[in-house]
Amino acid sequence: MAEWFVAKASDLPDGDRRIVTAGNNEIGVFHHGGAYYAYSNYCVHSGGPACEGILINQVVDLIAPDRTYQGQTFSDEVHFVCPWHGYEYELTTGQCVGDRKLKLKKFEVVRRGDDLYVVA
Amino acid sequence: MDTTPNEVRKLNFDDYSTAKHLEHAAQQARARNYQDFLIVDVDAHHYENESYKEVFQYIESPVIRHDVMDSAQRPGRSAMLNSSVGNQNLGGRITRSNLRRLQKVPQDGRHRDVAMTVEWMDSLGVDYACLFPTPMLFLGLHPQVEIEVALCRAYNRWLCERILAVEPRLISMLYLPFNDPDAAYQTVKDFGDKKGVVGFMVTSPRYKPVHDNAYMKTYALLEELGKPISFHAAYSWEDRALQMTNRFISVHSLGFMWFNMIHMTNWVINGLPERFPKLKVLWIESGLTWAYALMQRLDHSYMMRTSDCPSLKRKPSEYMREMYYSSQPMEKPDDKSILEATFKMIKADTQLLWSSDYPHWDFDTPGVIYDLPFLDETAKRNILGANAARVFGLDTKVVKKIP
Repeated sequence: MAEWFVAKASDLPDGDRRIVTAGNNEIGVFHHGGAYYAYSNYCVHSGGPACEGILINQVVDLIAPDRTYQGQTFSDEVHFVCPWHGYEYELTTGQCVGDRKLKLKKFEVVRRGDDLYVVA
Repeated sequence: MDTTPNEVRKLNFDDYSTAKHLEHAAQQARARNYQDFLIVDVDAHHYENESYKEVFQYIESPVIRHDVMDSAQRPGRSAMLNSSVGNQNLGGRITRSNLRRLQKVPQDGRHRDVAMTVEWMDSLGVDYACLFPTPMLFLGLHPQVEIEVALCRAYNRWLCERILAVEPRLISMLYLPFNDPDAAYQTVKDFGDKKGVVGFMVTSPRYKPVHDNAYMKTYALLEELGKPISFHAAYSWEDRALQMTNRFISVHSLGFMWFNMIHMTNWVINGLPERFPKLKVLWIESGLTWAYALMQRLDHSYMMRTSDCPSLKRKPSEYMREMYYSSQPMEKPDDKSILEATFKMIKADTQLLWSSDYPHWDFDTPGVIYDLPFLDETAKRNILGANAARVFGLDTKVVKKIP
């Protein structure tokens, strides 16, 4: 295990991200909602750059108590989306939304002073 | 812990290149040694609407040319050319759909389509790609048959002169204006010997039965030329049955099988394989499970109803097993034995042709075939390239340059 430099914390504002080459790993490091998340950048589907797509909130159907459909909205759950085919991952866990048993490898992010590192 | 020097990339959505987008595909290509063998993509696309200004110049009728060009200047309003309701780019989640317009290509005299296509081909490890249009996949639903014929002929001429003539790695099965049987026949006559034309393609969403007598002379000509006919799937949300679906996933999943299931059923039950035994028939972009299901379905009924299809001398599945199938979008069941059975059913070793469908939203990499545990190396190479080279009569020399 080694620590791989990501960015100066001051250079990685909330909402931004970096793609870090760490030995044989390629890791996406997100800064979102005051926290850092780091995942393998290889989609579980066909190896696409899973961490390089858009961030978008989960879409949910609105089902009324009488079980009728009342439209759709976005929930608070944030996803990042593989840009090759649209596989979605929950930002806080790395779980693949279509099959929660599948998840991207997660990495620890550590801060030393103003420097951010990912451990891989 | 040690800290180690490393590369860090920022993401910039204002800067797009195909090579960067497909860097992981190139990694796969290098790791799997695709440089060592031929890979042919039998179903790839460009966006011909981006070149409509050029294409329209090739429309032969001065009236249609004038009206279509005038119509194109009023985007967002009713237009001379039909389109389709859809959400292929998943609300912006498939980023290349929007970002590809930012792609910079070398100013070396090549058409932008050629430069962009060859770039993704190299990244995926593809030597030859069979190029098809995108919006024109829906042209068979145009209410004016003469518009289909006019645009088809213009596109075919443009494609032959501007794309196929200058880039030997690009081939095509040209659009057949199937709603006008005489024009379809004339298209084969006029374009059958053009450089890079390896066959002819019928866009599947349409309402003309393939067994109509009016098409027999075209099939006979294709058989004589040794050029395959293909049926390229697409959906139609205007179809009466598919109108009941309310999400794109539904109309797409069903639609891309639906029209080809009908055409295949008509093709077999009316005995066209007996009438044209040497005509090569290729079914494109319906995946594989539809064939697996239809073979069993037709065989089951055939044994009880041979009088309904007296031209047949064998079970429907036996004819279907002699046809060709493109692989994408290849279903990936969790239980691989199901996929293995599907491969066995369609005789994949010799009849299956890998396709990417790139740059469309559900494209496949060659890895969908190369990584299958139940195929040996020979079968993989057959499906990825050798089968297509045989069907199309292609040179088997590896010409790609994986970055």
